[in-house]
Amino acid sequence: MKRSHLRIVIGILAAAALLYAPYYFQAPMNQTLSRAIYFAVAAMGLNLLTGFNGQVSIGHGAFFGVGAFATAILMEDHSWTFEATIPIAALVAAALGVLVGIPALRVKGLYLALVTLGLAVLFPRVGQKYVTGSGGVAIVRPPRDGFDSLLTFLENDQWHYIESLLIAAVLFLGAWNLSRSRIGRAMVAVRDQEIAASTVGVHLARIKVGAFALSAAYAGIAGSLSVMVDRAADATDPIITFRNSIEFLVAVVIGGTATISGPAVGALILILLREETDGLIEGKEVLSPAIFGGALIAMVYVLPGGVVGGLRKLADRLLPLRDDPTAPVAAAALERERAAADATESPP
Amino acid sequence: MDVDLFLRFLLNGIGNGAVYGAMAMALVLIFRTTGLLNLAQGEMALFSTYMGWGLTATGMTFFGLQVLPGDLPVGLAIAISVLISAALGALIERVLIRPVHGPDKSPLNVLIVMLGLFLGLNALAQLAFSDDAEPMPKPWPSKPSAGSPTGSNRYWQVGDLRIQSSTVALVIMLAIVCFGLYVLFQRTKVGLKLRAVASNPESARLVGINSSRMLMLGWAMAAGLGALAGCFVAADRGSVNPGLMAVVLVYAFSAAALGGFDSPLGAVVGGMVVAIAEAMTVGYVKSLSTIELVVPFALILLVLLVRPTGLFGKKVVERV
Repeated sequence: MKRSHLRIVIGILAAAALLYAPYYFQAPMNQTLSRAIYFAVAAMGLNLLTGFNGQVSIGHGAFFGVGAFATAILMEDHSWTFEATIPIAALVAAALGVLVGIPALRVKGLYLALVTLGLAVLFPRVGQKYVTGSGGVAIVRPPRDGFDSLLTFLENDQWHYIESLLIAAVLFLGAWNLSRSRIGRAMVAVRDQEIAASTVGVHLARIKVGAFALSAAYAGIAGSLSVMVDRAADATDPIITFRNSIEFLVAVVIGGTATISGPAVGALILILLREETDGLIEGKEVLSPAIFGGALIAMVYVLPGGVVGGLRKLADRLLPLRDDPTAPVAAAALERERAAADATESPP
Repeated sequence: MDVDLFLRFLLNGIGNGAVYGAMAMALVLIFRTTGLLNLAQGEMALFSTYMGWGLTATGMTFFGLQVLPGDLPVGLAIAISVLISAALGALIERVLIRPVHGPDKSPLNVLIVMLGLFLGLNALAQLAFSDDAEPMPKPWPSKPSAGSPTGSNRYWQVGDLRIQSSTVALVIMLAIVCFGLYVLFQRTKVGLKLRAVASNPESARLVGINSSRMLMLGWAMAAGLGALAGCFVAADRGSVNPGLMAVVLVYAFSAAALGGFDSPLGAVVGGMVVAIAEAMTVGYVKSLSTIELVVPFALILLVLLVRPTGLFGKKVVERV
């Protein structure tokens, strides 16, 4: 079997499973899966920034939160239809992304992580100060019956799932297209060799700030979807923004950085793990962070390409690229590349 | 201008400044030798602080085996926690950081490992000790108080001002740490080696300095210092809770950024400036109450944008 055939078969099977899932599972599971989908969207956003463009952010929980509040406030105070709030959430998050992205031009790597860390810690406090939902606390809950949407003929849980899935599918397709376009390649070039990229005419500032804005928009849309699924935009817990920020990164790393399916796989694993493990030890809710922390470290050592990267390697071994007429050349090139990589990785 | 009010804000700032300065110094100790900003520093300190609390309270049992004794006097508990933390810090460097860190390795990997430590240590502290806010006894003079289980601070009245024993203790703690580090770095052979590794790792290795041991030592000192700062800040605030150090870390980062990431003196000055700026802002700008975290955040941004080397840092020339 050819690799391309395998990909098509897997794609069709996955799509069928995804579409059939809401009719197969019960409501609680559908909610969990919907959560995994919006998590995947946020993780995809972070992946565009960190995986493809090499800018590390541990503040995406803030963009997610901004998107959630934009949607919740528009629905609660201005009685908008849910779908109409999504573009606004994306725009507001993207605007904040530009604000963070511009200073990010001057700082890199760890310093950038540091700035975004500040953003994640700061966001819930700003929320607590300026947002007052019902009861005067920083939590906005759009009411169940007033939740205007276009898909209300479905059961609640199925509607959440289908709508999240459709939006996520569009966004993932967009990311896939982007990664293969001129801009996507420019993003990767900036990640790998900034100076070389700029000498061949890549506009560094535009690419970097653009990546930040787009990535923030994805996180904002994810936040918007979270309002539909969880029916709340919440800034009462100072830890949660921060926890989200790190968990997005966990999803990307577990799934596979700089891949398209990675964030989805990672988000699914992460959400299922979280739902299964929390509450296992009586009275302690911190088992999943311990596992995620361990998983982050383990991935770096054991599976640097994440689950998707690992599966690809497995496929390479089981199904070599021999059907392709250019295969010998490609395989030889791959071999050389690997040898070079091994040489640089081994200690001097 | 009301001078008394100003002095009161200043005193509020100085106590916090000592803590931020000590944490910033811990960041600097690691940055100088490895070029890493240790994102997990706060959670390492949190784990140590819970350990310090555990030693004064229930101790720690692991599958029925008493690993750490309980009911120790608080001074001894902090000392033990500092020592164990230092050993754990060295272990973390050797086992987890070194294999993924180096000039020819992807910086993303070491960052992910540090974030893994961040998540994992916070969770471990809660699993091993407690996931609640726990009262941290004060290692300085205090008097019993009806409201709090750990007592309240004594104070000395100077004019209209009250100087709290906590402020004095925190400043003394920082002074001792500074003096100790000064003697270590400037007057001992180990300190000379540490400085050599910090200024030029290659040449240091060529003259026979075991630089990997120096890296471990840097992490050990940072972890121990973090434990000390964590226990003191918990005692100052009255309790230790799982979110305590993430916030302190933001202040410490901003202090270290302001002072320059490779300057211990800068860390102390930066810590004081950040804390006093915060105290003044909270005191005078009422609209910023409860979001005083804006202050360190804005400082970090400002310093990184305007003068990335900080006030005391030295400029690094990047070769392409």
